[in-house]
Amino acid sequence: MLRPATVMRLGHHMADTATHEAHVTSTGLSNVKLGMWLFLGSECLLFGGLISTYMLYRGRVSNGPTPEQIYDIPFTSVSSFVLLMSSLTMVLAVAAAHKKDDRGTNLWLTVTALLGATFVGGQVYEFTAFYNEGLGFTTSLFGSSFYTLTGFHGVHVTVGIIMLIALVAINKRSRVPGSKSETVEMIGLYWHFVDIVWIIIFTLVYLIPV
Amino acid sequence: MAIIERPAPGTTVPALTPAAPAITPSRTYGALRRPVATTGWKSWLFTVDHKKLGLMYGATALFFFIVGGLEAVLIRLQLAAPDGKVLNADLYNQMFTMHATTMVFLFVMPMAAGFANYFVPLQIGARDVAFPRINAFGFWCLLAGGIVVNLAWFLGGAADGGWFMYAPNSGPVFSPSKGVDFWTLGLQIAGIASLTGAINLIVTVLNMRAPGMTLMKMPVFTWMITVVQFLLLFAVPVITVALFLLTFQRSFGAQFFDVAAGADPLLWQHLFWIFGHPEVYILILPSFGIISEVLPVFSRKPLFGYPFVVFSGAAIGFVGWGVWAHHMFASGLGPVSVAVFSLATMAIAVPTGVKIINWTLTMWGGKLVFTTAMKFAIGLVVLFTIGGLSGVTHSVAPSDTQQTDTYYIVAHFHYVLFGGAIFGIFSGFYYWWPKMFGKMLNERLGSWNFWLMVIGMNMTFGPMHILGLQGQPRRMYVWTEARAGEGFFNLGFWNLIASIGSLILTVGIGLFLINIVVTARSKVRAPLDPWNARSLEWMTSNPPKEHNFDSIPHVHHLDEFFHRKYEEDPTTHTMREVASAEDVLAELERNADKHIHMPSPSYWPLVLACGMPFVALGIIYSIPVAIAGGLIMLYALYGWALEPATAPESDFDAPSSNGHAVGASHG
Repeated sequence: MLRPATVMRLGHHMADTATHEAHVTSTGLSNVKLGMWLFLGSECLLFGGLISTYMLYRGRVSNGPTPEQIYDIPFTSVSSFVLLMSSLTMVLAVAAAHKKDDRGTNLWLTVTALLGATFVGGQVYEFTAFYNEGLGFTTSLFGSSFYTLTGFHGVHVTVGIIMLIALVAINKRSRVPGSKSETVEMIGLYWHFVDIVWIIIFTLVYLIPV
Repeated sequence: MAIIERPAPGTTVPALTPAAPAITPSRTYGALRRPVATTGWKSWLFTVDHKKLGLMYGATALFFFIVGGLEAVLIRLQLAAPDGKVLNADLYNQMFTMHATTMVFLFVMPMAAGFANYFVPLQIGARDVAFPRINAFGFWCLLAGGIVVNLAWFLGGAADGGWFMYAPNSGPVFSPSKGVDFWTLGLQIAGIASLTGAINLIVTVLNMRAPGMTLMKMPVFTWMITVVQFLLLFAVPVITVALFLLTFQRSFGAQFFDVAAGADPLLWQHLFWIFGHPEVYILILPSFGIISEVLPVFSRKPLFGYPFVVFSGAAIGFVGWGVWAHHMFASGLGPVSVAVFSLATMAIAVPTGVKIINWTLTMWGGKLVFTTAMKFAIGLVVLFTIGGLSGVTHSVAPSDTQQTDTYYIVAHFHYVLFGGAIFGIFSGFYYWWPKMFGKMLNERLGSWNFWLMVIGMNMTFGPMHILGLQGQPRRMYVWTEARAGEGFFNLGFWNLIASIGSLILTVGIGLFLINIVVTARSKVRAPLDPWNARSLEWMTSNPPKEHNFDSIPHVHHLDEFFHRKYEEDPTTHTMREVASAEDVLAELERNADKHIHMPSPSYWPLVLACGMPFVALGIIYSIPVAIAGGLIMLYALYGWALEPATAPESDFDAPSSNGHAVGASHG
């Protein structure tokens, strides 16, 4: 018999973030948070493989342009700065979510998405410029590995933007399942990770000479 | 399905009786209402229950085992006599590539995932995994990946580059059929299953243990599965990169493995084996876990040196990352690399040897019960040791350069994978069958099954040591009488023995399939605790109820179930039985949780996974199809994001007037 008044006591054994109640887990970390950390650990190896491939091939330019010839360091520095600032706004979104400030959460999530979109826009511009200067995906080993590495990062940022926008849309209709502040925090974790990866890529790909 | 009121009494009632009236969710999530079926095919298609998914993994893996086995038999028929005519060279290449791919990625890995899914939550006293929907998604990805890889057979020929698919040989020039494209994309999809499964099981083990179950009270099977999941977590992304690079080269003209453009042919080898060597431990450690459960139960003794078994497993997990280049000794890495990887390879034999010694000492002085499960476990200890010893010879680089790409290597890895991984899996079948299906596999047939497999396996793979040391290369599609040699080392004789052995092996495995049918038709129910077992998964009904445990047990010991049944007699210092399994279960039932809230079934995992083959086929044939697949996935993600994993109570319609509960009990 199902009594509506029954209080659900969800123990450590319960799965997923089903309800608003916090779960008691063996480690004290929630399942989603632990899962997200593990996923990001796995992502490190993904980018590790891609970065290694790039480092191996960056000097092999065939008849195409060399990295020094096409990189526009000031431009990429600006777009990198924009991306790093989006981590700051993401922190503000998480803080607002913890304070249950819905308006603030939505605002900062939107700003984060816009900053991320600016970065991706910059990347699209950069790819176009490089292509016009003669570096295609199939031009040289340098070209293939450059576009693959930065492209994978760009896709990660884009996925993050989609998550941010979707979260704002769902939040406006108050349909976020589970704990809202935790959902914001999880997207934040992912977002910061993608930013940190960019710091590594920017240093290794753009700043260190071949 | 989702909400279970006070569980019905009766410990032997099967879990999935069609008792529950349908539950109607009153709200729509995303685009579709929740599925509600608790019986019939829909209850399987949309399930998020870890036990059902475990069985689905197992059934899929068993199917691919048969496929991969038939491929192996064709290979052996081709090589049975000189100038074999069964397969042509092209088909032979496809056959050995797909045999290995199927056995590694579509049989051993999913079978281990099936056992892990089914038994890890039970062994740690949980009611499900941490992310039930992601669990379902993982299974469907595996199935989709397996289908995509094998689809190539019907669409112009399967992959033909060998299971490690060395580039540039697998590039568009040397492998022009679309087989390799199906292979890379199919494995990419199956890889998602491994990655999501790894995250899911690690979180489950770390977060959802029953009160009192510290890490060092976990059963060894759960421990080994945890080590494997960490290996998968970090190995899968590396193969993902390699597969992406190959796809980009083959489909979009990138140059990664184009040696003419200056590419490094070792790039693929490094990426593949950084994944590939941990993969070897991914294949074997679950079986180590299984026999670490089976040997103590049938020796009537606790596992000897439990911490050593656990830590040696973890040590294998760590050192396993530092040995990959021993697959590449013949590629000219330079003396320093070769020396380092030689030493690491010798070192990894130590924790493996520790395990062998622990298993042996577990049996030492025990009251051995030679059930089929026990026989397979002992078979593993013996046969894996042989394979392990030939493995140590590979760490000696000068000797290994002679053996590279000969049948000696084939002999070695079949001893560790067939004699190791597969014997462990069969031990698990016989040990856990009553738990999964409530009926015991026939022991008489099991004995035949075991002995035929032991004889067949040694006849098939034993002679390959000789063939390899005589210089027969692996992957050679014919051998000729003129160059077969004479006397004891005649290739013809040993090839024939190996082929006859493979047929004996086939009969042995056929008997297992017959055993399944015989058992399914038998009416005899298994007793509650047929083996006098020790760990928590046996503290449930056969098969377990949907919610596993009526009340979550509080754990005080390693081998908790055993310690609930037996106590030490202070005068004689022997263990005496204080409670039967039925008593222990009745106790759990008396304290049954009043309100058990299980995760709800969902359409989205299936829909999301369905989009993937379209993306894969689209990349191969036409990009619009890939976009359509992407849209299906986007739609599924939208529905998924809006749907709470466990339906809140407000989702269910009020109880009907006759007083029957909405979420009625499942016995």
